[in-house]
Amino acid sequence: MKTTAKKTKSYAGMKGADLFHQMLLEEGVEVLFGVPGGALLPIFDSLFETPIKFILTRHEQGAAHMADGYARSTGKVGVCIATSGPGATNLVTGLATAHMDSVPMVAITGQVTSALIGNDAFQEADTTGITRPVTKHNMLIKRAEDIGRAVREAFYIARTGRPGPVLIDIAKDATSNELKAEPNLTADLPGYKPMLTGHIRQVKAAADAINASEKPVLYVGGGVVISDASQPLGEIARRGNIPVTTTLMALGAFDESDPLALQMPGMHGTAVANYAIQECDCLIAVGARFDDRVTGKVETFAPHAKIIHVDIDPTSICKNVMADIPVVGDAKDILEKMLPLIKANDRKDWLEQIAKWKKAYPLRYDTGKKIKPQQVVETIGRLTDHDAIIATGVGQHQMWTAQFYGWRRPRRMITSGGLGTMGFGLPAAIGAQFGNPGKTVVDIDGDGSLAMTIGELVTAVHYNQPVKVVVLDNGYLGMVRQWQEMFYERRYSATVHPCPDFAAVAEAFGAKGIRISEPDELEDAVNEMLKHEGPVVLAVSVEPEENVFPMVAAGKSLHEMDMGRLV
Amino acid sequence: MKHVITALVQNTPGVLAHVSGMIAARGFNIDSLVVGRTEEPELSRMTVVVVGDDQTLEQVRKQLEKIVTIVRVRDFKEIDYVERDLMLVRVSAAPEKRAEVVELANLFRGRIVDVARQSLTVELSGPEAKLEAFIDMVRPYGIRELARTGIIAVQRGEQRNKKSEQEG
Repeated sequence: MKTTAKKTKSYAGMKGADLFHQMLLEEGVEVLFGVPGGALLPIFDSLFETPIKFILTRHEQGAAHMADGYARSTGKVGVCIATSGPGATNLVTGLATAHMDSVPMVAITGQVTSALIGNDAFQEADTTGITRPVTKHNMLIKRAEDIGRAVREAFYIARTGRPGPVLIDIAKDATSNELKAEPNLTADLPGYKPMLTGHIRQVKAAADAINASEKPVLYVGGGVVISDASQPLGEIARRGNIPVTTTLMALGAFDESDPLALQMPGMHGTAVANYAIQECDCLIAVGARFDDRVTGKVETFAPHAKIIHVDIDPTSICKNVMADIPVVGDAKDILEKMLPLIKANDRKDWLEQIAKWKKAYPLRYDTGKKIKPQQVVETIGRLTDHDAIIATGVGQHQMWTAQFYGWRRPRRMITSGGLGTMGFGLPAAIGAQFGNPGKTVVDIDGDGSLAMTIGELVTAVHYNQPVKVVVLDNGYLGMVRQWQEMFYERRYSATVHPCPDFAAVAEAFGAKGIRISEPDELEDAVNEMLKHEGPVVLAVSVEPEENVFPMVAAGKSLHEMDMGRLV
Repeated sequence: MKHVITALVQNTPGVLAHVSGMIAARGFNIDSLVVGRTEEPELSRMTVVVVGDDQTLEQVRKQLEKIVTIVRVRDFKEIDYVERDLMLVRVSAAPEKRAEVVELANLFRGRIVDVARQSLTVELSGPEAKLEAFIDMVRPYGIRELARTGIIAVQRGEQRNKKSEQEG
């Protein structure tokens, strides 16, 4: 592919850093998250006066997660910047997180002066070497003349096809030098050809299989959110009366208040979603990749189903589960082509069966003397009208959030699904807040996850971003503790930890802190938090040994769910 | 099962690291990986011999295509191709054994490229099986040093790789 830049002026004589700055503006960058450093001095000098909002984070990992949260909630490319060496290595977790969940991001790292590369110079790391497996693409730029093309290519690769993070490592002299010649501003990527449109023959084959099926299920993943395909998805589901299960990455892509909604499948999915997958005669996977947390034991996954797999990434197809009808391309394009081919069908028997399962095995929990974490999530869902942007950490609280918030719209759930990055919630929420000023953004977090990146609360206070942090404090690394309870004879090895008074920590950082432990305080506390105009932390002491159910144990089939004490 | 895959790659720094890193990270088994220049100065050709079933081959092919600096990938699963492996082998050959080794080399259409008092070096190219056979034959004399390039391959005549064409 080739894109040609508008040549409006001569660049020769310009400093590399100024060209870089200019290119960010041309790519439409509004917010830049990062931390400066020695190798970035020329770039930061250029950014001293800029319309771009620069957000100084307290750790580079925070910068990467903020760019990620910004990108997931807006659909735009998130951009972060870090210096050479430790700055770059601190980005790695954030890059890997974005890579696993296909988030469009561009990361810029400073590199030591080109003459010193490979000499173990001060703050030198082999950044392209370290980040190669966790980026969609990366490049090392040593000459000022190459900066323009690199930035163009990075943004193009990050946002097209299956999106992902792209890293540009720039040697310090490339930014401090003046351009000796007119720079190349044209992306030239002969090896990059993302498949965008689905093959009509495959679409027809898929539609025929759907029309012929009596018990179909739509298994929808994050690709539907990325390609904004909720509308054609909903129309196909309603016309064919096809139940829809939405993975962790797709929550909100299909309205959970719709009778056809099965909610989340997999390890902590609903019973109805898992039973429907195991019973169905046609499984239509759209923008989903048959992750092991969804399939359980893969040999017995959807044993009766003809499998249709719609995905933009050919490597996802036939990787874990063999597809009978693969359709490579963009989910929205394919679903729009498929819609007119889907025959109306009431599928009465199948929907009756689905309704029976839903009635018999709803998601539920017991209330008690202590606050139940599920109760907190439900209350937040109700009081935010199921329309807030919700970020999470990773663990039990993440699963309860997925199960009980009540997802109605896409791009509301911001969570690390693939990599499972604890500490993601707070910085991702801050990034989402920058991308959505005026919208309510809530980080529903665990005490273990929040502790990992709580330093970014300083960033929220610094820029007065009104993120709401709810920490479900149970004093455990709860998900690991749950596995120890169930599979390791309650030997709670290294999962018990004292927590600070998170409300007092918040106050010390300059945010508002609220702390509750009684069920009757919950409603008022959530309301107070939502009304507060600045950053706020609501620390909730919850039932410490509550478990997430249903649960499909590792290596078990989806229908072998443990429903917990409740059934 | 062995499969031959070739890839045209851009001559950019790190492309070899990218390919070998991907193969290692995904646990694919390879027999050899050869890179060399082509008729176009900005492109190199990689030839990879993959060990595994058809599904593995398919994944390797797709994963290679996904790498941004890889321009084109084809597998030789359903098409006829010519393969060559080049070997230099230094064989122990005292003066009284020298003639035997030279004759063996001649039988395999090899060339003697270096002679020393106690050894000689044979250059031999051909399909893998031929090289293996020669190695078996000279092993009793004593192999002092052996180096092979690994397989390079091109298709025979004009053919279309049906599968690759279909899926773009």
